[in-house]
Amino acid sequence: MAKAWRWFHQLGSPKYLFQKTGQWLPWIWAVTLILLAVGLYYSLWASPIEARQGQGHTVRIMYIHVPAAALSMVAYVAMAIAAIIGLVWKMKMAFAVTRAIAPVGAAMTFLALFTGSVWGKPTWGTWWEWDARMTSELLLLFLYLGYIALHASFSDRTKADKAGAVLAIVGVINIPIIYFSVKWWNTLHQGYSVTAKGALAPEFQTPLFIMLGATYLLFAALVIMRLRAEIILRNQKARWVEEWATQRSHNGGQS
Amino acid sequence: MILTLLRRELKVARRNWIGLAIPLLFFIIVVSLFPFAVSPDAPVLQKLAPGVIWVAALLSMLLSLEQFYRSDYQDGALEQLLLMSSPTMVATSKIIAHWLLTGLPLVILSPLLGVLMQINHGVEHSAHTWILMLSLVLGTPTLCLLGAVGMSLTLAASRNGLLVSILIIPLYVPVLIFGASTVTASLENMSYNGELAILGAFLLITLVFAPFTSGRALKISVG
Repeated sequence: MAKAWRWFHQLGSPKYLFQKTGQWLPWIWAVTLILLAVGLYYSLWASPIEARQGQGHTVRIMYIHVPAAALSMVAYVAMAIAAIIGLVWKMKMAFAVTRAIAPVGAAMTFLALFTGSVWGKPTWGTWWEWDARMTSELLLLFLYLGYIALHASFSDRTKADKAGAVLAIVGVINIPIIYFSVKWWNTLHQGYSVTAKGALAPEFQTPLFIMLGATYLLFAALVIMRLRAEIILRNQKARWVEEWATQRSHNGGQS
Repeated sequence: MILTLLRRELKVARRNWIGLAIPLLFFIIVVSLFPFAVSPDAPVLQKLAPGVIWVAALLSMLLSLEQFYRSDYQDGALEQLLLMSSPTMVATSKIIAHWLLTGLPLVILSPLLGVLMQINHGVEHSAHTWILMLSLVLGTPTLCLLGAVGMSLTLAASRNGLLVSILIIPLYVPVLIFGASTVTASLENMSYNGELAILGAFLLITLVFAPFTSGRALKISVG
């Protein structure tokens, strides 16, 4: 326990975090690409088409839509947790994590909305419906954009970090609303079926789970890349950054 | 302590009463635009009434947020207030004063707008106006409380005017939905207790969290 705790504190050091993530990053990318390749092959090529409900190939949108929607919520929760860590333990790197997540989460939310719209047209006959799931997901996108806008409008970075963190925490109230919206309101969007037993045949479920894993890893990889850029940005004047930068230019852009 | 702060707020507001009248005027004007734009037909207006009145109320609350902490922040009074008492206390007194000065007049004005929007069309002595007022009584304090959080977050930001709207509107939406649907349910002669209960629940939740959050955010902005 004490060891884990010390490790947690070490992560608060920009230099340590930068070096560690630098070691992890190639592995994460490698696994991500493999999983993505396998997942996309299965989901776009090898998996059966939906014949019973006459959806044909449109069912393949699911393999992008469901992971993107799941990630959009998970990313927000992660953002709020990082914000809480930053405010409570005064860990500056946690704010960097929050800021690193925001645009990626916003992109996921947009992707979920967009693919949902594309999927909705052939199946429900409409691009958009003011249904509880979609409306709350749209609000999530606004919350992400609000965070980004708020953070960008301060000239003082510490103030921007703290104010953004408060907003991220306040906005978390929307997450259970999105998650339970299909249960609380009877609207157009279908209920839970991914994890429900027997709702999804295994030949659909396996590629979906592979894509879910791949998307989680892709998210992690993108966030880590943004985080590393953020660390460099915030520690421009630190000696180790200077050393890292000169070494990097010395090696001709390697490492 | 809270009473002293409240008294101060009200005194400041009395000397700047025109600033408080503007959001109210805005409320009336926005609502009276709809008969021009959509149709002056009584049944149509009645159908639109809950949504229109609620949206107008929300926008005018948003407009009045501008004077929430701003002038006190600019002339340094906020810093003194924060030195004098706890941030939560400052936020609480500000919120109460702000609701008394903007939310309450809105509620009092709403029957007039109900008349403008033909809310009682087709029925004599209906309770619709009362339900509208009740939904606003429960809803507008929540808007105030959430607005306080947004306002205190953006105090030190550079482009704050529009920023508040972007931050706060997503949080306002649930209140808007249930506020308007309370009145709609009443118009359709259905039970509206559930909606009112949810509005009350929103109010209680924000009442517990918002003053504290707003206080924290004030410390961030000022400190």
